[in-house]
Amino acid sequence: MVDLTKRYDVLVIGGGNAALCAAIAARRAGATVLVLEAATKFYRGGNTRHTRNMRCAHDAATDTLSGPYYEDEFFDDLLRVTGGETNEALAKMMIHESKEMLTWIAEQGVRFQPSLGGTLSLGRTNSFFLGGGRAMLNALYLTAENLGVDVLYEAEVIGMEIENGMFLSARVKRGEGHADVRAGSLVTAAGGFEANKEWLEESWGPAARNFLIRGTPHNRGTILKMLLGAGVDKIGDPTQCHAVAIDARAPQYDGGIITRLDCVVFGIVVNKHCERFYDEGEDVWPKRYAIWGRLVAGQPDQIGYIVFDARSLELFMPSCFPPIKADTIGELAQKLELDPAALEKTVTDFNDHVVPGTFDHTQLDDCRTEGLTPPKSHWARRIEQAPFYAYPVRPGITFTYLGVRVNHQSRMMMADGKPSVNMFAAGEIMAGNVLGRGYAAGIGMTIGSVFGRIAGREAAANARN
Amino acid sequence: MHATDTLAEADRLMTVCNSCRYCEGLCAVFPAMELRRDFADGDLNYLANLCHSCGACYSDCQFSPPHEFNVNVPLVLAQARTDSYAAYAWPPAFSGLFARNGLAISIIAALSVAVFIAGFIGWADPKVLYTAQTGPGAFYRVMPHNTMALIFGAAFLYAIVAMVMSVRMFWKDIGEPASTLTEGASIWQAVKDASTLRYLDGGGVGCMNEDERPNDNRRLYHHFTFYGFMLCFAATSTATLYHYLLGVEAPYPWYDLPVVLGTLGGIGLLIGPVGLLAAKFRRDPAVMDKQRYGMDVAFLAMLFLTSLTGLLLLVLRETPAMGMLLAVHLGVVFSLFITMPYGKFVHGIYRFLALVRYAKEKRMMEAGELTA
Repeated sequence: MVDLTKRYDVLVIGGGNAALCAAIAARRAGATVLVLEAATKFYRGGNTRHTRNMRCAHDAATDTLSGPYYEDEFFDDLLRVTGGETNEALAKMMIHESKEMLTWIAEQGVRFQPSLGGTLSLGRTNSFFLGGGRAMLNALYLTAENLGVDVLYEAEVIGMEIENGMFLSARVKRGEGHADVRAGSLVTAAGGFEANKEWLEESWGPAARNFLIRGTPHNRGTILKMLLGAGVDKIGDPTQCHAVAIDARAPQYDGGIITRLDCVVFGIVVNKHCERFYDEGEDVWPKRYAIWGRLVAGQPDQIGYIVFDARSLELFMPSCFPPIKADTIGELAQKLELDPAALEKTVTDFNDHVVPGTFDHTQLDDCRTEGLTPPKSHWARRIEQAPFYAYPVRPGITFTYLGVRVNHQSRMMMADGKPSVNMFAAGEIMAGNVLGRGYAAGIGMTIGSVFGRIAGREAAANARN
Repeated sequence: MHATDTLAEADRLMTVCNSCRYCEGLCAVFPAMELRRDFADGDLNYLANLCHSCGACYSDCQFSPPHEFNVNVPLVLAQARTDSYAAYAWPPAFSGLFARNGLAISIIAALSVAVFIAGFIGWADPKVLYTAQTGPGAFYRVMPHNTMALIFGAAFLYAIVAMVMSVRMFWKDIGEPASTLTEGASIWQAVKDASTLRYLDGGGVGCMNEDERPNDNRRLYHHFTFYGFMLCFAATSTATLYHYLLGVEAPYPWYDLPVVLGTLGGIGLLIGPVGLLAAKFRRDPAVMDKQRYGMDVAFLAMLFLTSLTGLLLLVLRETPAMGMLLAVHLGVVFSLFITMPYGKFVHGIYRFLALVRYAKEKRMMEAGELTA
């Protein structure tokens, strides 16, 4: 049994990859550690449950990585996806540390495999967890428990006592009551606020009510809010989130990877008025999938429909919900509860503007439209071969960018510019320091592991309270 | 659409899994799944028999219960597997034996032992039956060798015929051409995969049994059981050769090959089934098919009893208890033989064949002839 009256050296709030890396690192440094996870044991680990790989620099191919991925290339990739919105020194430090992470994380029991089916493009850069994110979590929890880290589930933190940048105690909900936990230092790795619809509404308006949350319902940003309220400096665009277009039939929370749809480039996307609204073939899908959440969010009722024909059905990874299928475009519209005449007109219009080309879905081909607004620049083929298919899509929110500012020790920085005495952060709650916008596959896990490990080590060395 | 609700559920799960694929490195089931987009009953029966029930995909799955997607691959494939045994049973009239398999096997075993005891009492000379017999041919004074060979040869032959008929149905159902069974490379790969239980290791750390901790030794106990069984089989085969080729009659001295093989095998068949049974009692009920519980226990009990009665016979063969022990041992072995096609024994055959097919698919996949 966990004894909450005892004073721990390090308190970790959160239960995902960053939290566990921090807990393990702190424990290995000799500290007594308590992990407070708001979720049940099954749902432990927040969004880490839904991850599958991490991006680490490496100078040579390994058993599971097909070639080298040097620090410079990693840094260039980061600059590209963030458009420069990154703390360059911190990012370089993280990328350097990520090299060691591959062995360190394996030492904690996490196992890797070659890149997963359907993701061969990441085979050189990203290390895939054997069994996925939950397998990774299981390994980390097992290691943490064997080391003597205490873990408490269904332990939501509802308040914190912080004085002049110094953490004193946290108030934990326990059943009907609560308990106050004292600790020498604090690591917060409690995620972002994407599951907090009210907070999202502040930036997105009522549209946010139609957003689906791809991961844990626990990332409500309560810890982030407490920290910002206690004078910790913030970083990252408070209005932005990573949004992709996912199957509209996905559950409100926790639908994960299986609700994603990779077929936008093979068809057209229309809104509820059957109008196209963006170039579906602008670029290869891995470079464009993350803009479609925002695009659909801008459409009436935040819904869109990907429409394609029989020729494209097997060109993309299957998803968990079957496509809606019909023998004619009109019938398809009826099944989607759209205006058949309007959808027929849009499809006919599109078909009339497709110029002949040689279809090749593996590269930017010459199949495009001419004289159509918006155009479709690649992979444009007439939608004419029955049966016809459609997927309804909504914005699916992956994570948010707003977080707490940290330094090289993963130590929180106060709004007045001073470093906190004993508060550290890792993972999504501070990801904005290196990832101001955009995303590159697996980088969230890199941020979690690298800063988690640093935060744990530093928290153990700075258990000042 | 599908023949049973279980297969419909298996179809739903494979569709979910195929859109995730995080488990593809754990075993053979998921790479085989990735080669398909639609899942007919035959495909699902193939995948079900390919699954070794290590449980890793359940522990690793972010969508397993209580998640609303309710993804429980080990349970549903176990149910589909048991159903497939019944569906392929030959003659089909006997498929009902799988429904309450524990009871059926128990009754058959009890009857078989009773018949052997009654037969011994009825036919054997009481002076021989109840007194110590020693020297070559001791057993055959109780029951003539030719009678024994005839009865067990017939029982064994029947089991083989019934299982061959079942295998034909399975092979046809999964849609694999007969020619695959003549491909040396696929067979050899399957022999290696089966003999090492390559896919009963949770993807490398061991199986999940009670919870998400990979602390299970089922592979070890299965090795004890399987190799124990094979050693006993080898003991019987050598003894047959001794009898017919060399003209040397049982009982053989303890240091002679049939006895050494049989004793080692017998020890394996005591340790293995007990270990597997203990693991079964501790296993997370969430991934256990309750329907097949009786079948599993019955088979393990039969193997254990075969070994136990055999070893007792070895130890007490020079005492007056030999006659009755021989009746009990032969009764158990006889029922083991005739129930082979109607119990857990068949899992090894279907799984081996599924591995043969997978070996072929994997080779084609790696050569680029098959794509996901």
